[in-house]
Amino acid sequence: MELRPIGILARKEFRDRIRNRWVLAVALIFTAFALVIAYFGSAQQGAVGFHGIEATIASLVSLVIYLVPLIALILGFDAVVGERERGSLDLLLSMPLTRLELLLGKFLGLSAALTCSTVIGFGVAGAVLAYWQPTASIYHYVGFVLSSVLFGMSFLSLAVAVSVVASDRARASGAAIALWFFFVLVYDLLLLGGLVATGGEYGAEATPYLLLLNPADVYRILNIFGLEDLRTMYGLTTVFPAELASPALLGAVMLAWIAAPLAVASWRFRK
Amino acid sequence: MANSAIEIRGAVKRYGAIEAVGGVDLRIERGEVFGLIGHNGAGKSTLFKMMLGLIPATAGDIRIDGTSINGKAFREVRRGVGYLPENVVLYENLNGLETLDFFASLKGLRNLDGRAMLERVGLAEAGDRRVKTYSKGMRQRLGFAQALLGEPRLMFLDEPTNGLDPEGIREFYGLLREQRDRGATIVLTSHILSEIQERVDRLAIMKTGRIQALGAVSSLREQMRLPLLFELRLAPGAEDAVRAALTGVDASAFSLRGERATVQCPRESKMRMVAAICGLGAHILDVQIREPSLEDVFLGYSG
Repeated sequence: MELRPIGILARKEFRDRIRNRWVLAVALIFTAFALVIAYFGSAQQGAVGFHGIEATIASLVSLVIYLVPLIALILGFDAVVGERERGSLDLLLSMPLTRLELLLGKFLGLSAALTCSTVIGFGVAGAVLAYWQPTASIYHYVGFVLSSVLFGMSFLSLAVAVSVVASDRARASGAAIALWFFFVLVYDLLLLGGLVATGGEYGAEATPYLLLLNPADVYRILNIFGLEDLRTMYGLTTVFPAELASPALLGAVMLAWIAAPLAVASWRFRK
Repeated sequence: MANSAIEIRGAVKRYGAIEAVGGVDLRIERGEVFGLIGHNGAGKSTLFKMMLGLIPATAGDIRIDGTSINGKAFREVRRGVGYLPENVVLYENLNGLETLDFFASLKGLRNLDGRAMLERVGLAEAGDRRVKTYSKGMRQRLGFAQALLGEPRLMFLDEPTNGLDPEGIREFYGLLREQRDRGATIVLTSHILSEIQERVDRLAIMKTGRIQALGAVSSLREQMRLPLLFELRLAPGAEDAVRAALTGVDASAFSLRGERATVQCPRESKMRMVAAICGLGAHILDVQIREPSLEDVFLGYSG
């Protein structure tokens, strides 16, 4: 594998997203949502306004779980199938590069765009929050932004896999939306339903491991478990054993969620 | 090196029950200009993509410059290959210079003079404009400039004159001659047979995934044994005399429409027919001898 063609492709993808103002638009969306959520997030506790950073992060995590996968899937679903459908893929593949390099280049370029939007969007929101309420928990906030970047990359990786497997753009977009529904909305309901239906008799021990099979849950645990107050508030300690909750382990699982779909994509692309 | 530029042995491509390419054997020598002709769906684009390693063969062996297209070493060979796909699609949001720059960097070329390259294909003024503002002909020119990057040893041009006006077609073949003169091997497809027949050393005619005929244009004509065509303009009232004089010459066929007569005769009877026509004196006002075109050969094989 050579790095040069990967870098060239990544640079092109990134530049495309800067040029068509995708990075700017998504950064603005993130900033706006983050500020609104931070301000109104604690309304259920009977007050609006900017509050402690921990409560804010908890609200933002819920936002990110809905928004970031959707944006990552939209960003990546036509990475390969789009070029194939438009007819530019053949010329690209006739260049001296391997299919794996092509995939990695596209993935890294799109990742850079998503990372930029995420860091700028939540960075600006974080700066506003810090100005309003100087806090020592900036460390947590940085962790939140970093994990959001990885979380976005995991869904981008899924999107790239979809764009390799799908035969046309319409199918790819359908599959991307289905993935969003499954991981963001349906998966937890299924787990919960299973537990309730069996009265917690079956699968209770397996539940923490099953949570690791969904990047959205990994992301949630990664962010919430680190925050003392919230852990008890979300009742997480009751379902998730502390020994599984090490940031290093969860981070590794997240990285696996980035690598695995890309590996599948590369295997399918070669065939 | 003794290797041929392209060597194909028993290449087969099947999609389920459909055989797009069925057992093609072909050898294209270095420095040759080779034409690939066939109707849509004859398998020529598939064969083209197989030669470039874009579509894996179901069976058979394809070597470019002596290197198997399946091996890791093929990557190096690709640096010396220029490819212009049929209906080339480039990136709309890049301008002409950026497009060349992107593909040149993928090929590992340094010190690219993009403007000079654009000038060669007649796009000097359009380098800073985005491809999305280009006409079909301009895109084709830019695609061709892309294929010329790095002076490739081997060029694959799929319907290269698609979308070009007559002026553009003339310029294109001028550039192609330059490439041939510097020793590049060129494989091209075209639907415009009269255009290609003067410009290729050899050609292959494909039909339903197989090569039906292979050779130089002249030798294909010989093989087909197509008759020569004499077109005559007759003096008023000369029909009967002309018919009587020419019908007897070997195995010729005579047909008459008003003052125009057409006589078909075998090649080897050409001089006897000429003599017979001259013998008719003032009965004949004008004569034209027509060679069978490659179109005739083409239709003869795959029509």
